[in-house]
Amino acid sequence: MQRTLKKYFIVFTLPTLIAFAIAFVIPFVYGIYLSFCSFTTVTDTKWVWFDNYIKAFSNNKEFLNALWFTAKFAVVALVSINVFAFLLSLALTRKIKGTNIFRTIFFMPNLIGGIVLGYIWQCIINGVLSKFDLYLLSDSKYGFWGLVILMNWQMVGYMMVIYIAALQNVPSDLLDAAKVDGAGAMQRLRYITIPMVMPSITICTFLTLSNSFKLFDQNLALTAGAPAKQTQMLALDIYNTFYGRNGFEGVGQAKAVMFFVLVAVIAFTQLRFTRSREVES
Amino acid sequence: MIRKEKICNFFIYIILIALVVLFFAPVFFVILNSFKEKLYISSNPFSIPKGEMFASLTNYTNGIEKTSFFHAFGWSTFITVGSVLVILLCTAMTAWYITRVKSKLTSFLYYMFVFSMVVPFQMVMFTMSKLTDMLHMNNPLGMIVVYLGFGAGLSVFMFAGFVKSIPVEIEEAALIDGCSPIKMFFTIIVPILKPTVITVAILNTMWIWNDYLLPYLTIGLSTEYKTIPVVVQYLMGSYGAKDYGALMALLVLAIIPIIIFYLCCQKYIIKGVVAGAVKG
Amino acid sequence: MKKKLISMLMILVVAAIYLTGCGDSDSKKASNDGTKKGKVYYLSFKPESDQIWQNIAKEYQKEKGIEVKVVTAANGTYEQTLKSEIAKSDAPTLFQINGPVGYQNWKDHCLDLKDTDLYSWLIDKNMAVKDGDGVYGIPYVVEGYGIIYNEEIMDKYFALSDKAVDINSTSEIKSFDMLKKVAEDMTAKKDKLGIEGVFASTSLLPGDDWRWQTHLANLPIYYEYKDKGINDTDKLEFKYAENFKNIFDLYINNSCTKPQMLGSKSVVDSMAEFALGKVAMVQNGNWGWSQIAETKGNVVKEDKVKFLPIYTGMPEEEKQGLCIGTENFFCINSKASKEDQQASIDFIQWLYNSDYGKKTVTNDLKFISPFSTFKDDEKPTDPLAKEVIKYMSDTSLNTVSWNFTSFPSQTFKDNFGAGLLQYANGKESWDDLKAAVIKDWEAEKTATK
Repeated sequence: MQRTLKKYFIVFTLPTLIAFAIAFVIPFVYGIYLSFCSFTTVTDTKWVWFDNYIKAFSNNKEFLNALWFTAKFAVVALVSINVFAFLLSLALTRKIKGTNIFRTIFFMPNLIGGIVLGYIWQCIINGVLSKFDLYLLSDSKYGFWGLVILMNWQMVGYMMVIYIAALQNVPSDLLDAAKVDGAGAMQRLRYITIPMVMPSITICTFLTLSNSFKLFDQNLALTAGAPAKQTQMLALDIYNTFYGRNGFEGVGQAKAVMFFVLVAVIAFTQLRFTRSREVES
Repeated sequence: MIRKEKICNFFIYIILIALVVLFFAPVFFVILNSFKEKLYISSNPFSIPKGEMFASLTNYTNGIEKTSFFHAFGWSTFITVGSVLVILLCTAMTAWYITRVKSKLTSFLYYMFVFSMVVPFQMVMFTMSKLTDMLHMNNPLGMIVVYLGFGAGLSVFMFAGFVKSIPVEIEEAALIDGCSPIKMFFTIIVPILKPTVITVAILNTMWIWNDYLLPYLTIGLSTEYKTIPVVVQYLMGSYGAKDYGALMALLVLAIIPIIIFYLCCQKYIIKGVVAGAVKG
Repeated sequence: MKKKLISMLMILVVAAIYLTGCGDSDSKKASNDGTKKGKVYYLSFKPESDQIWQNIAKEYQKEKGIEVKVVTAANGTYEQTLKSEIAKSDAPTLFQINGPVGYQNWKDHCLDLKDTDLYSWLIDKNMAVKDGDGVYGIPYVVEGYGIIYNEEIMDKYFALSDKAVDINSTSEIKSFDMLKKVAEDMTAKKDKLGIEGVFASTSLLPGDDWRWQTHLANLPIYYEYKDKGINDTDKLEFKYAENFKNIFDLYINNSCTKPQMLGSKSVVDSMAEFALGKVAMVQNGNWGWSQIAETKGNVVKEDKVKFLPIYTGMPEEEKQGLCIGTENFFCINSKASKEDQQASIDFIQWLYNSDYGKKTVTNDLKFISPFSTFKDDEKPTDPLAKEVIKYMSDTSLNTVSWNFTSFPSQTFKDNFGAGLLQYANGKESWDDLKAAVIKDWEAEKTATK
């Protein structure tokens, strides 16, 4: 079979590979190269070694601030989204009527795009805060919590759906047996349910973490980084460095490379960490 | 014991219903304000539009006119549907091939695809938009190619995961019977892949329909191919006028098609998401 | 194995070339259809007149059969939009720079325009952006700004028996001290006057803060340059920061909006407040007339809208006039095709020389044109433009030139605006703001060299 198939390499893979090369491989490799160059467009590159990387930190604190803000946001979003989603899924896997309708409603916000969502929440938050003579840009904390609320609204339903599927797969006779043995609700949750749904927890933490880190549209539409760039996340900072000003394209690309390394490191360590927990339990 | 459970369920109901209200509130808020004169949206965001505040449909006509919304809707649909179809066809073939043919090359390709999943878009945004521009791909057809390339990672990964679980014997038997691999792929493999096809289709639809930065950077503002997210952002920024009325109307218009799509296929969407997560 | 990799790469390269080839032949075909006709793509700077430009484009297309596309960049994002647009193969053929600083950024894309008719029509050739022998940017509008006031409300105040000043009309306000006295007294009596505040909201929403970080900031810089006899500097002293603070504090403390809420307000909000008679004054330029006139429920009478110079407490400021100048220079993209360049030049020359064009420029765009093709009766007749023309011809007053075209970068202005927002929110002291502005000026001047 292998031999017959080998001849068909072109038919089966070429279209994908060409597109993959154009959209990913070439831009990726060239992007790494450009991060060591000073340039305004791809034709006038000048090799400058690590100049861009140094500038990314030395020029001002924007990059570090964005990094710190993103990290803070990611942690808060990760915990809140998963806790809410898990609680909701516990509620919806009890044998009560109408779970399907609830599930449908809670999932819905997930389909609305980031730009649209950002503007919706901008208006709502401004509306609420105006009762207190405040608004979204009065203080960066409003932008921060606004973003957290927005992400919860968007992501909870998605994660909930995954948890529900996992919870439905927990064998009920196991739980019943534990109950007979006198295990309380908390104990059953702690020692049976959670270990059983660990794979889903892995997936959900991974998804929320990487989504939070890469967040761009919502950030752009909600606050666009204001006030004074205090609510600017990494992706937006990179975009602004790139397109916001002349002469900083190289710095933007260098920041992008560091951003990529960071996301990759987080993704792999996290995956390894939670996978190993799974095996233990 | 049973009574206790009932009381418990009752409270859960109350909480759930409160949550439903919370989940609907933003959408309701936008609909409410889309009928309000623009000057009152920031000053009276929660009041019901009546009297001098009521704007009838002017916000809608304004918003549609300023952004040529229906054009944007058309191009969004074209790009999304086109890309998803192309992604399904091409990545399913690729995934099947690199899973079945074991060589250093195919496993290298597989890891490249997986690797591309963790790379954030900002990493390639400049070089990619530059390259697509040089190749004259700054049009909807070009966009489809770009989406195929950038979306290949996840899709190949998911198809490959599923293909691994299909017993290879059926295919071998078919080949021995003299069936060509291409014919076999479409007659035997594709039907088996169906559940994954739905999953991949849904995940990609959700991504492409809502994507902002990629179409903004590759297609840009000057062409008539602007998609819905691009026109929403454009309306908010460009008319300096910050016409919140038109914005609200546009947000409503942007949400409606998604809700309809969702209500029609919600069963598949939720299943697709779960399946996607389990494999991811 | 290696062989296979190589052959795969080869295929990729061939495919890429093939794709490019395809694209090229496509575009050749397209240009073959219109070898004689170029097309125009104008990236416009002024969101408030977007609709008018769209109409002009349609009219030109109808009349000459040339495709004209106008895209407007968002407030405060012109440079950013231009940058991403100009990188495309379908780049703007006609764009604008804001003066010498803008020229430094875009000089690779600016065509020499010294042989065009448009340049020969320019009355004051010194206004153009030049580099060596070449002319790279041609101003297309003269504008003025100051404090716009509603005379009706002001007269109502001056008619009060218990007013705190002894002057009887707004035109007698000749200094910051007097302006402050009047404004503060008006605030105290705002219920009697039926207004919500003296000044319209100092819009500090990011992107809507240009009236402060650019226009208002022009005054202290103008005086600093004047003292030193320069028109640009690498190191700003910000000598007259106190004067800036004077007027800025007056604006934010006598407004219809509380200082801590100003960051939620846009320019449109401010202009609407003025148009609806909620406030007596607003700082803006003559371009703001259309926004006032178009506001639904507008109560301002056309003959009661006037300009007051922006007084900041400088010595001899009774001789100060409005701030008049331009930051709008047309440039033709030197990287565009010859046909497109010519089409773009033809388009603007048509706009500033044909009957329809001149009428639109005067009546719709309400531009005071700097070109000799416009006769005396071809000047905008809206109240604000008339005021600007009046101030320009008053030789007893010193016109304040637009020195903000020498501000280091958009980033500098954005940071300044963000600082003002923090100051209004009470999160940053004035001294910190001042220090940040001085530091940022130097840093940005170095960075954009």
